[in-house]
Amino acid sequence: MNQFKRMAYPYVAWIAVMILAPMLMIVMYAFIEKGNDVTTFRFTISNFTKFFSDKVYIDVLYRSLYVAILTTIICLLIGYPTAYIISRAKPKHRTWLVLMITFPTWINMLVRTYAWLGILQDNGIVNTILGLFGIGTVKIIYTNFAVILGMVYNFVPFMILQIYSSLEKMDKSYIEAASDLGANKYQCFWRITFPMSLPGVISGITLVFLPAVSSFFIPKLLGGGQYVLIGNVIETQFLTAGNWSFGSAISLIMAIIIMISLYITRKLDTDPAAAKGGA
Amino acid sequence: MKEKKKIGSKIFMALMMIFFYAPIVYIIIFSFNSSRSLTHLDGFSLRWYEKMFSDRTMMQSIVYTIVIAVLATIISTIVGTITSIGLSKSKPILKKTVEQINNLPIMNPEIVTAIGLLMFFSALGAKKGFVTLLLAHIMFCIPYVMLSVMPKLRSLDANLADAAMDLGATPFQALTKVIVPQIMPGIVSGALIAFTMSFDDFIISYFVTGNGVSNISILVYTMSKRVNPSINALSTLVIFIITVALIIVNVIPIIKQKKEKRTR
Repeated sequence: MNQFKRMAYPYVAWIAVMILAPMLMIVMYAFIEKGNDVTTFRFTISNFTKFFSDKVYIDVLYRSLYVAILTTIICLLIGYPTAYIISRAKPKHRTWLVLMITFPTWINMLVRTYAWLGILQDNGIVNTILGLFGIGTVKIIYTNFAVILGMVYNFVPFMILQIYSSLEKMDKSYIEAASDLGANKYQCFWRITFPMSLPGVISGITLVFLPAVSSFFIPKLLGGGQYVLIGNVIETQFLTAGNWSFGSAISLIMAIIIMISLYITRKLDTDPAAAKGGA
Repeated sequence: MKEKKKIGSKIFMALMMIFFYAPIVYIIIFSFNSSRSLTHLDGFSLRWYEKMFSDRTMMQSIVYTIVIAVLATIISTIVGTITSIGLSKSKPILKKTVEQINNLPIMNPEIVTAIGLLMFFSALGAKKGFVTLLLAHIMFCIPYVMLSVMPKLRSLDANLADAAMDLGATPFQALTKVIVPQIMPGIVSGALIAFTMSFDDFIISYFVTGNGVSNISILVYTMSKRVNPSINALSTLVIFIITVALIIVNVIPIIKQKKEKRTR
């Protein structure tokens, strides 16, 4: 058996170099500044104070969270019914529907986001259709709405597939038992189906919120140049401003916010009421 | 009542499908547009395809994307499978630790992984380009391969390799003739995930590449700042490649099954 064990060792070395070292560098850069002639490097928290004392950055943080939370809620609101309808469809249709939902995710995200650029233009197809109904040109491109639409479009399949897989795994006899015992449709759904699908909902929320809060090309393409989210600030710090320390500090702040929100959502999952339903 | 509900859910699903496919259809249609406009159709033409095929940077980015995706898939599938087998025989603590570290690039926002790699490569003094791009892709693909191979190993009988070796197989034979065929479905789906992850990647690639080496995503990103309908042609090509790949992946197993049935 020992000869097989050794097969894992090269990869252990690889992750130490390729995964851990880069992560450590982010932490290092965030807390270190160039020193004077005596010491080359100094510990500092100035990058963090710079972020939290500047209203511009606080606004960016606030806007990123707002957009990400709104995106997650919309994804849940349209994703859940979609997953539910698929799980209720005939088995033959089900495979097709899942494939139809999955297919767009296989196409490059940049390409799919770029497609919306033309659709949402002032003289684009959406405004042409609105014009047919006598509604004048509505400014869509380069607005909050366009950015959130782009995010929902890109991330909602994750939500649907997660919820669907937990709905599909569910033992249908629970619902039969409940309705035999006199529960109506409404009770069946809210007391049985929904609690049992919560694990899927939670992982769906995670899979949407995470890329939404850190996204930077969707706001750049659909939000225009002025629309800035936290991901854009990080991009600028690294690729134009060249301030790696500040960029690292911002990504640490973002990573911590994400960790906290993941922790809260997980906590919801282990909530006793939810756990009972999921058992 | 029930009929009404059914119609309601059908309409809802139809709207969802329109939402999902409208942009894709839109891009395909406008790639054949004869004018520069992204909003008005002026007639059929293939000029944007001609432009794309004569554009060296565009063709290069397609080649880079495919070469990187193929290499990253092959390497990460092999390494991921070997490591998974090794870990399945290792102490639980090592297995747990590796799984936790593997989770970092999966759970972290991509931009965090990207800037980490960017700083790491420059600290090493590595020239940003093809090699850094490939290394980065291998790095984020392996965890996904392992995620799909590990469960298959867990459901495997732990004594299988021992039994093979007791019957005279060398360890290498036990591996290639007994273990690997058993976990093949996991390896194949891992390779598939790795390929799409690499083929579609934008954020990490955008940060770790340089010196004119760019993949399709980076090209679309940098070109979309100006109106450029050849992006539509390029996008249509990407959609076409993915569709064909998906059909092949889905249809080949069905044909194989049918053949096996016949030979039996």
